[in-house]
Amino acid sequence: MRNAFAKQITELAQRDERVVLLSGDIGNRLFDDLKAKCPDRFFNCGVAEANMIGVAAGMAMSGLRPVCYTITPFITYRCLEQIRIDVCYHHVPVVIVGTGAGLSYASLGATHHSCEEMGMLRLLPGLAVLAPADAMEVRGALKAAVNHPHPVYIRIGKKGEPVIHKTEPEFQIGRAISIREGKDVCLLSAGTMLAVALETADLLATQSVSAKVVSFHTIKPLDEAALAEVFTRFKLVVTVEEHSILGGLGGSVAEWLADHSPAKARLLRCGTADEFLHETAEQEEAREHFGLTAAAMAARIKHSLG
Amino acid sequence: MSATSDLANLDLVARRLRLKLIQMSHAAGTPHLGSALSCVDILVAAYWNVVKVDPRNPSDPLRDRFILSKGHAATALYATLAERGFFPKEWLDTFAAHGAPLAEQPAPNCAPGVELATGSLGHGLPVGVGMALAARIQKRDYRVFVCMSDGECNEGTVWEAAMFAPARKLDRLCVVIDYNKWQATGRSNEIMALPSLRDKWAAFGWTAHEVDGHDLAALSRLLKNVPDGSGKPVALIAHTIKGKGVSFMQDDNNWHYRIPKPEEIEAARKELGLA
Repeated sequence: MRNAFAKQITELAQRDERVVLLSGDIGNRLFDDLKAKCPDRFFNCGVAEANMIGVAAGMAMSGLRPVCYTITPFITYRCLEQIRIDVCYHHVPVVIVGTGAGLSYASLGATHHSCEEMGMLRLLPGLAVLAPADAMEVRGALKAAVNHPHPVYIRIGKKGEPVIHKTEPEFQIGRAISIREGKDVCLLSAGTMLAVALETADLLATQSVSAKVVSFHTIKPLDEAALAEVFTRFKLVVTVEEHSILGGLGGSVAEWLADHSPAKARLLRCGTADEFLHETAEQEEAREHFGLTAAAMAARIKHSLG
Repeated sequence: MSATSDLANLDLVARRLRLKLIQMSHAAGTPHLGSALSCVDILVAAYWNVVKVDPRNPSDPLRDRFILSKGHAATALYATLAERGFFPKEWLDTFAAHGAPLAEQPAPNCAPGVELATGSLGHGLPVGVGMALAARIQKRDYRVFVCMSDGECNEGTVWEAAMFAPARKLDRLCVVIDYNKWQATGRSNEIMALPSLRDKWAAFGWTAHEVDGHDLAALSRLLKNVPDGSGKPVALIAHTIKGKGVSFMQDDNNWHYRIPKPEEIEAARKELGLA
C-alpha cells in the first residue's frame, strides 16, 4: 500500500503544483522519484510530528495541498491537538496519511499499534476518515483526498497486502464499494481487513451462508444510504476492522443504528478488544488474538445467525 | 490614522492602545490584561513600521504575515488592527459579547487581518513556518512574523519548529518573544530553565538579538532588517514588562487575571498622559 501511495503522490504532485509531501522521517528511498521530479515539494520534517502538522496547516492556509505522511500512531495520537486546531478548527485542506495502521506493525509492540485512532479522529469536526482496503483503493482515496477542499485522514497498511480490486475502483469519499453480493449476512469491512472479510464469506459459503461483502472505506462521513439499505435487507450486519470495536467503524455503525431503529437487522462488531496487546506477535498472530481471522469470524457469524 | 514612522506619534498610538485594552478588559470582564499590555510596543513597531499589509486588501497573497501566537493577548491585536483600519473601531466595543466578531481569543477568520486562531500556545510558529515554506514554493517574497510569549516557550512544538526553520534556511521568518518574565502562575525563568533564551535560539541556528521590547525605534530597526542576509531566521528576545505603562500593573502578575475597576481605568488614563 505504501508503494501505491508513493506512486500516486508522485503522479499527483506532477499534475498539481499545489501538492506538497511532508514526511516524518520515514519512507527511506520510497520518495526518491518524487524528490527527483518535484524537488521543491518534498520535506522531511524529522521526528517532529506536531510541528509537521502545523507546517502543513500553514501551507494549506497559503493555498497549497500538503499531504503529511508517517507511521500512524505518531501522526495521530502524538499531534492530536495540532490536527484539531491547526487543521480542523481552521478547516484547511490538509491530508494526513498514517501508514502501518491497525496491527500492521504488530511485532513492534503497542507503541506502533493504532487501534484507537479512527475513534479519536472521527470526533474532530469536519475531518473525513478513510480506511482504503488495498493498493487500488489507496490510489483512489489519495486522489479523492487531494481534490477534497476539506481535511482528510487516511489510514493505510504497509506493504504486501492482498490486492482485491483488479483495477482502480471509482473512489468517492463517503460512498461504500460493494465487492460481492450475498443474501444472508452483510460484512462491512474497513481497511485491509477486506481480504479477511472475503475469506470469511468463502468459508461461510461452504456452510450454506451467503454473505455480501462491502468495502466500507469511509468511516466519516458514513454512507448512510448504504447502511439504510443493508440494515433493511439483511438480518445480520457485521463490521470488520483492525481497530477497536469502540469508536471505529463498528462504533460508528452502532451509533447510527441507535438513531435509526427499529432496524430489523442485528449488528455484530468484529475488531480489537479494549486492551493493549502485550504479547509478542506478528500481524497474523495479533489478528488471531483478537478473533480477526476468517475461521473465528465465520464461527461468530454462524452462532449469531442461530 | 495612516501608517507613519514618526516615533512621537507612535508613542502616542501605543499609549492610546494601552488605554483601550484596559477599557476592553473592564467592559468585557476579561483577563490577561498584563499580557496584552506587555506586547503593545511590539505590535505598534511591527504594524506601523514594518509589516507590509494593506487594510483595504487584507487577504493579499503577497502580504507579510503577522501571527500573534499568544492568543490570550488578543485585545492588543484587535486594537492594533482596528487602529490600522482593518475593521471599524466600534467592533472593539462589543469585544467578547455574545455573537460579536471579536472573541476573547481569535477564532479562524474572525476579522480582517487576523491570520490565525490562537489561544492554545505553541501553534503560531509551526504554522508560520508552513506559511514561510509556502512563500518559497510559490515564489512569493512575503515575510512571516510570529510573536510568542516567554511562557509559550515551554511548549515542545516551539522547539520542533525552532530546529526545522533554520534547516530549511527560512530567512524571511522572524519570531519575537515577549519576554516579560512571568507566566500564568509564576516567574518564567524559574518554572522552566528558560535562560538564556538568546543562547538557546542562537544555538538552534537563528540570528538572535536581545532588545528592549518597549523601544519602538530599536524594535522597528531589527524587524525591518528581516531577512538580515545571514540566511538564518531571526529571533528577537524582546525584554518587556508585564502590565507595561501603568505603574500599579507593571510586573505584578495579579494582572494576569485581575479586571480593572473604573477608578483604576482613570488612574491609568492619567499615567498614560491621555485626556
